[in-house]
Amino acid sequence: MVNPVLFWVIAAITVIPALSLLFARKAVHVAMSVVLVMVGLATAYVALGAPFLGMVQIVVYTGAVMMLFLFVLMLVGVDQREELKETIKGQRWIGLFTAAGLGAFLVSIVGRTVLPTAEVGVQGEPDVIAVMLFEKYVLVIEVLGFLLITAAVGALVLTHTPRLKPRRTQLEVQRDRVLMGADPVNKPMPGVYARHNALDVPALDPEGQPIEHSISRVLKVRNQTVEGEQWRAQLEDPSHQEGDR
Amino acid sequence: MDPINFVILASILFAIGAAAVLLRRNAIIAFMGVELMLNAANLALVAFSRMHGEIDGQIMAFFVLVVAAAEVVVGLAIIIAVFRARQTISLDEPAELKG
Amino acid sequence: MLDLTWLLIAVPLASSFVLLLLGKRANPWGHWLGVAASGTAFVIGLLALIQMLGLDAHDRSHAVHLFSWIPGGELNLDAGLLVDPLSMTFVMLVTFVGTLIHIYSVAYMEHDPNRRIFFAYLNLFVAAMLLLVLADSYLLLFVGWEGVGLASYLLIGFWNQKPEYATAANKAFVVNRIGDIGLILAMGLMFTYLGGVDFATVFAAAPEASTAQLTAIGLTLLLAATGKSAQFPLQSWLGDAMAGPTPVSALIHAATMVTAGVYLIVRSAPIYEGAPAAQTVVAAIGAFTLILGALIGMAKDDIKKALAASTMSQIGYMMLAAGLGPIGYAFAIFHLVTHGFFKAGMFLGAGSVMHGMHDQVDMRRYGALRTAMVTTWVTFGLGWLAILGVPPFSGFWSKDKIIEAAFVGEGAQPWILGGAALIGAGLTAFYMSRLFFMTFHGKARWTDDQHPHESPALMTVPMIILAVGSAFLGLFLAMGDRFTDWLEPVTGHAEHHEPVLPVPVIMVATLLLVALGAWVAWRKYGAADVPETAPAASLATIAARNDMFQDSVNRGVFERPGTHLTRTLVYADAALVDGAVDKTAHSFARTGESVRKTQNGQVRSYALTMLVGLVIVIIVVVQGGL
Repeated sequence: MVNPVLFWVIAAITVIPALSLLFARKAVHVAMSVVLVMVGLATAYVALGAPFLGMVQIVVYTGAVMMLFLFVLMLVGVDQREELKETIKGQRWIGLFTAAGLGAFLVSIVGRTVLPTAEVGVQGEPDVIAVMLFEKYVLVIEVLGFLLITAAVGALVLTHTPRLKPRRTQLEVQRDRVLMGADPVNKPMPGVYARHNALDVPALDPEGQPIEHSISRVLKVRNQTVEGEQWRAQLEDPSHQEGDR
Repeated sequence: MDPINFVILASILFAIGAAAVLLRRNAIIAFMGVELMLNAANLALVAFSRMHGEIDGQIMAFFVLVVAAAEVVVGLAIIIAVFRARQTISLDEPAELKG
Repeated sequence: MLDLTWLLIAVPLASSFVLLLLGKRANPWGHWLGVAASGTAFVIGLLALIQMLGLDAHDRSHAVHLFSWIPGGELNLDAGLLVDPLSMTFVMLVTFVGTLIHIYSVAYMEHDPNRRIFFAYLNLFVAAMLLLVLADSYLLLFVGWEGVGLASYLLIGFWNQKPEYATAANKAFVVNRIGDIGLILAMGLMFTYLGGVDFATVFAAAPEASTAQLTAIGLTLLLAATGKSAQFPLQSWLGDAMAGPTPVSALIHAATMVTAGVYLIVRSAPIYEGAPAAQTVVAAIGAFTLILGALIGMAKDDIKKALAASTMSQIGYMMLAAGLGPIGYAFAIFHLVTHGFFKAGMFLGAGSVMHGMHDQVDMRRYGALRTAMVTTWVTFGLGWLAILGVPPFSGFWSKDKIIEAAFVGEGAQPWILGGAALIGAGLTAFYMSRLFFMTFHGKARWTDDQHPHESPALMTVPMIILAVGSAFLGLFLAMGDRFTDWLEPVTGHAEHHEPVLPVPVIMVATLLLVALGAWVAWRKYGAADVPETAPAASLATIAARNDMFQDSVNRGVFERPGTHLTRTLVYADAALVDGAVDKTAHSFARTGESVRKTQNGQVRSYALTMLVGLVIVIIVVVQGGL
């Protein structure tokens, strides 16, 4: 027999988080609540004499399945908000009514049913389960093996994106750049003779003309540049040879 | 406490899961509803196993668990494929089945 | 030469195809090719005639086998030609008058850009008409019959850029089709009752067939004849057919094609021999039409339409004669020949007048043309005397004989038919004199831009030749009963019957009536002034001006009920048949529509449906199990 307190605790930590499936707005919250439900169910399994199943439940559900859900949520974006307004006419009320009716009907039926309860329950220890699985149900286990492999391959196939074009090589990328008229080499660095903080001063080309685009865009936006014209005037004036800036 | 109460608990969880499938439009949440329904069934199986004093119920629950794991893998892969194609995981969006 | 008669058909046909297929390249010389083809046919025909004249009277029927046409079981039909005095008569008429009209057309159509096509159609007509008269079976005759119908249609609508001319062509075509159905039915009846459609089989089997069968065949043949020959009740197309160029009116709608009906009746003589009732109907229709046409002719101001009405009336005479049996056949053909000459001549004269009068056709705007167009006046005058039946011109010899023959018989029939023929002669005299005097005598009522002048020689020479024929052909052929003897192998020997009135009395009465008609016409239209527009007139005149309301009658009796019947059927079809089908289809569609709404494409909706079903199943199972 199960301790009533344990039962009510299990009932609380399964049903209340499960309700978040209906009312929580964010999918992450729902996933975390369902993890709690799974833990509660694992507890219930242990309480009902199935410790192996309880451990498997923890490992598979809370450890693997729910984490997979969370991964997928990350992948599609956690902020995928759901429109709360129902779009299908009558869906909400008929759905709620049917689900509630189904629950109420099952509860009333089960509640009225009197089933004999074995005085001593079996303990689903791993060795017992193992003997059972690999003796009586060995064929089913093998079929399940096939199923899992198929599922794994299916998941790979479904998420695989075939490459439609061959990968572009570095050579092709560079050729396209040149064809588009971009400089084949790096942009010239700013600054003249590095006589002071030259980042705000444009570079000069071989003819002595300032190259305006050698200055960082950011400095231009901040108006922290020195006009190329002004700097050239200083260059040509010998009295400013030393510069006073 | 009689294990039959766990069956009642399983019924309630099953109804909540069903309601989630019906009412939520986020495919992942609806999918979690499906998982909840499967687990509710598992709980009932384990409870019956306890009541009958037989181990077979637990074995069945184990099988359901494995099949559910496989189902989750494929189901989530489908959700990702749909998301790639449509940039949404709303269940109302793919209405190509409309007659 | 008799074996080469197929060339008669082949030459004009080939010429027609050459003219049509060569296109504009043939424009400079195409008309002369047309004339040459027609002339060649005439020469071949003349040689054949000479050869035939050299034969004994009983060997003159010559069959020419061409090829096996429809070798099919019971209907084993060969295409062949039957060259006998009757068809030879037609050959000569068609080729001779045809050639003259070809020559005339060279000048008449000189300024028409489509002259080459015109000659192609004329040649097609000549070929088809010769096939019609030379065929040795009704089916081959039908080919020619349709061919002339086609040529007639094409030529009436030759100036089809005018909608009313195109309509006139369509009208002629449609009315002729009604007659054609008669011929088709007749062939069907022949095949059923007499076992074939070639002349030899039919005529051999005719004496054994029952009177009812022969009457049916005779009446259907008569229907065909009325369509082609513009006899009552299918006469309405002829007046409108004057829309075609005048040479067409002269050749097709006066001299040759419209007489095909008479040819058909005379050719089918063995059938009518066994069907006196059908014969009487033929005569009655002829008599009725001759009066009807004469009445219409009295009121028409359009010179061509007046001549058309006259044609209708004269063919009425021929039909009347053809309906009288062996005593009338020869005279029917005789009148056909003389009529072919004088009517073609008068049509060409009318064309010449129109040519000189700027295409004016209203006789009220003519007058005093005898000075301006002397040749036309003289040739037309000879035609006029001929149609009046003034001795010794052609018409006298043929028409007078018909009137005499009409008086032969017993009971009331000779009095009715003879009376009609007699009155018709008087009416003919009146309306033809009216036409003649209004055109050539009296005061000039020309419009300002008209400068009447004589036509070129290419036009006047054919007119002169035809006028000579109008004057003397009758006398020549009637001398010593030449023509009747010539036709005797075909029409059979006519027993001599005495008319109910003495022959001299009939002749004198006829001439008196003719003189009276001509005198009245002279008083009203020759001596007195003719108003330039048609004056208000009595109801009878108005009726005659409107062709005795034949179009209205056709419309009221056939077209309207037909249209209403069709509309009713269409409506019934749409409302009942289509309606039932449509309603059924719609109900299915609506069912589908409503069911479709459940297939809204929403997975959650489907899931709900599944769950509802699941709940129901559980409830049923559990409650049933409890």
